[in-house]
Amino acid sequence: MSEFTKLKESLESKLPGLVTAWSEFRSQQRVAVPASHIAQALGVLRDAGMDQLVDITAVDMLEYPGATDRFEVVYLLLDTQSGQRLIVKTHINEPDLKLPSACPIWFGADWLEREVYDMFGIVFEGHPNFKRLLLPDAFESFPLRKDYPVKGRGERHNFPIITRAES
Amino acid sequence: MPLDLIDSPDFDAGYREGLWTLNFGPQHPATHTTLRLVLKLDGEMVVEAEPDIGFLHSGFEKLAEVLDYNQYVTIVDRMNYISPMANEIAWHHAVEGLLGIELTPRCKYIRTIFAELMRIHDHLLCTGTCVLDLGGATAFMYAFNEREKIYEICERASGQRFHTSYTRVGGLLYDVTDDWVAMVRDFCKTFPRAYRDFAGLVMKNRIFVERTRDVGVLSQADAIAGGATGPVARASGVERDLRRDEPYLAYNDLDFDVCCAQGGDCYARFQVRMMEMLESVKIIEQAINKLPSGPVFISGTGKEGLPDKTEVYRSIEGLIHHFENIMPNRQMPSPKESYYGATESPNGELGYYIVSDGDFKAYRARTRPPSLLHFSLFSRMIRGCMLSDVAAVLGSINIIAAELDR
Repeated sequence: MSEFTKLKESLESKLPGLVTAWSEFRSQQRVAVPASHIAQALGVLRDAGMDQLVDITAVDMLEYPGATDRFEVVYLLLDTQSGQRLIVKTHINEPDLKLPSACPIWFGADWLEREVYDMFGIVFEGHPNFKRLLLPDAFESFPLRKDYPVKGRGERHNFPIITRAES
Repeated sequence: MPLDLIDSPDFDAGYREGLWTLNFGPQHPATHTTLRLVLKLDGEMVVEAEPDIGFLHSGFEKLAEVLDYNQYVTIVDRMNYISPMANEIAWHHAVEGLLGIELTPRCKYIRTIFAELMRIHDHLLCTGTCVLDLGGATAFMYAFNEREKIYEICERASGQRFHTSYTRVGGLLYDVTDDWVAMVRDFCKTFPRAYRDFAGLVMKNRIFVERTRDVGVLSQADAIAGGATGPVARASGVERDLRRDEPYLAYNDLDFDVCCAQGGDCYARFQVRMMEMLESVKIIEQAINKLPSGPVFISGTGKEGLPDKTEVYRSIEGLIHHFENIMPNRQMPSPKESYYGATESPNGELGYYIVSDGDFKAYRARTRPPSLLHFSLFSRMIRGCMLSDVAAVLGSINIIAAELDR
């Protein structure tokens, strides 16, 4: 039995009826999990051998042809023993942009989740130190959303300048 | 004060308030680029370290959504500018994976040679400056001498020393010439001698060894769960190398070893990088001897590859072909899919997650930067070390802030 079949079986047996959207593109295995069960699904996958979280990212599907959900959050998982990879996707919509944090499962999720929040405004609940990662704390927009213009909204020019006397 | 005592729950709550806060950076010589650390010190011991990043954030991923697959290559080589071509190879590896393009053998070999030259390039800087930060300026000069030769090899192939922008979807900007081959052969011949000089100055130097051994230890379990890859993971005993485990380019035909070390300290990371440089020379020698002839672009007429420049300037067919490939409304369509392509860059797993909506440019292109994951492990590595070890640990994980912040 291949590594992938084992993963598929363990996920389907632990979360019966919820994980059905399996797909494959150029031999990359993907699965879509409902946002309500993402933490459980990731926990099951970790126990099934996916010991490394390679990346977490998100895609704003606002302008994507035929998309029904606003945001797609993508977890790239890897089994460092066998080399098996799996891409887990989940979909969330406004106004409820919340997902459980993956930090208790892989502590490497820490900065990745903060970056997703920084760029897309998706909140990860249960994160130990949740704040913006790259942009300043006073920044108000989420720049990788599709409704944010490439040239920005003038933040760069209207940044408050602290003079030496005020500091 | 021992760390396990500080971490125990019934420890004196007032202790943390008495710690001394030190700002390290953003403009500190040992940070190399712009990053900041907020250190909490008990005497000279680091009890807590909180990295603060984002000073070099330039919105590269937003730019990926407006530039096409060939244009964005000029942006990716500005990410990890210590090994620019490694980024270009990783980017086009992911794009070609999405489009389902199989490269010509000659292109694969040239890219492999460049990927390994970039590995040497990156490791020379990392090891050289690691020694420099610990007080050894001579070894640094030896390392930079060799880097200059690699810059010349890049310049001969692409016309640019630094930001080469050399790869294209399905091929390369120019084919290489015979004198480039001679330069690479010459580099392979002279490098081992320079390497011996460099290693002789450092590897058994008592000051260097004592300042790096058992400093900044990363355990194997932490390396895996924290997302460490590349030399940092291999120094902690994680035997994983994408060149061997998920072979791409010409790595399947070439014989090389995966360099690992035990211990996970700064010295182990240094050792892994030093060993990898020799392996890279071995790979380059094999690849340059096997370098196949033939075209560097995948096809003469299809939309996948750009035509040869002489064709574009000398014939109407070539000009039409060029036009068809460059104009946004005529470019090659891409599948409406998402794809993750990863390569073993000098720093670790450098991957691009590309979502395409059918155009010849990405709907979203996420960079998976190895520096980001490595730097997030920094506060674990530095706990309990001395203030003077901060420079050693930072040097050993090779943080490139332009890649970290993008």
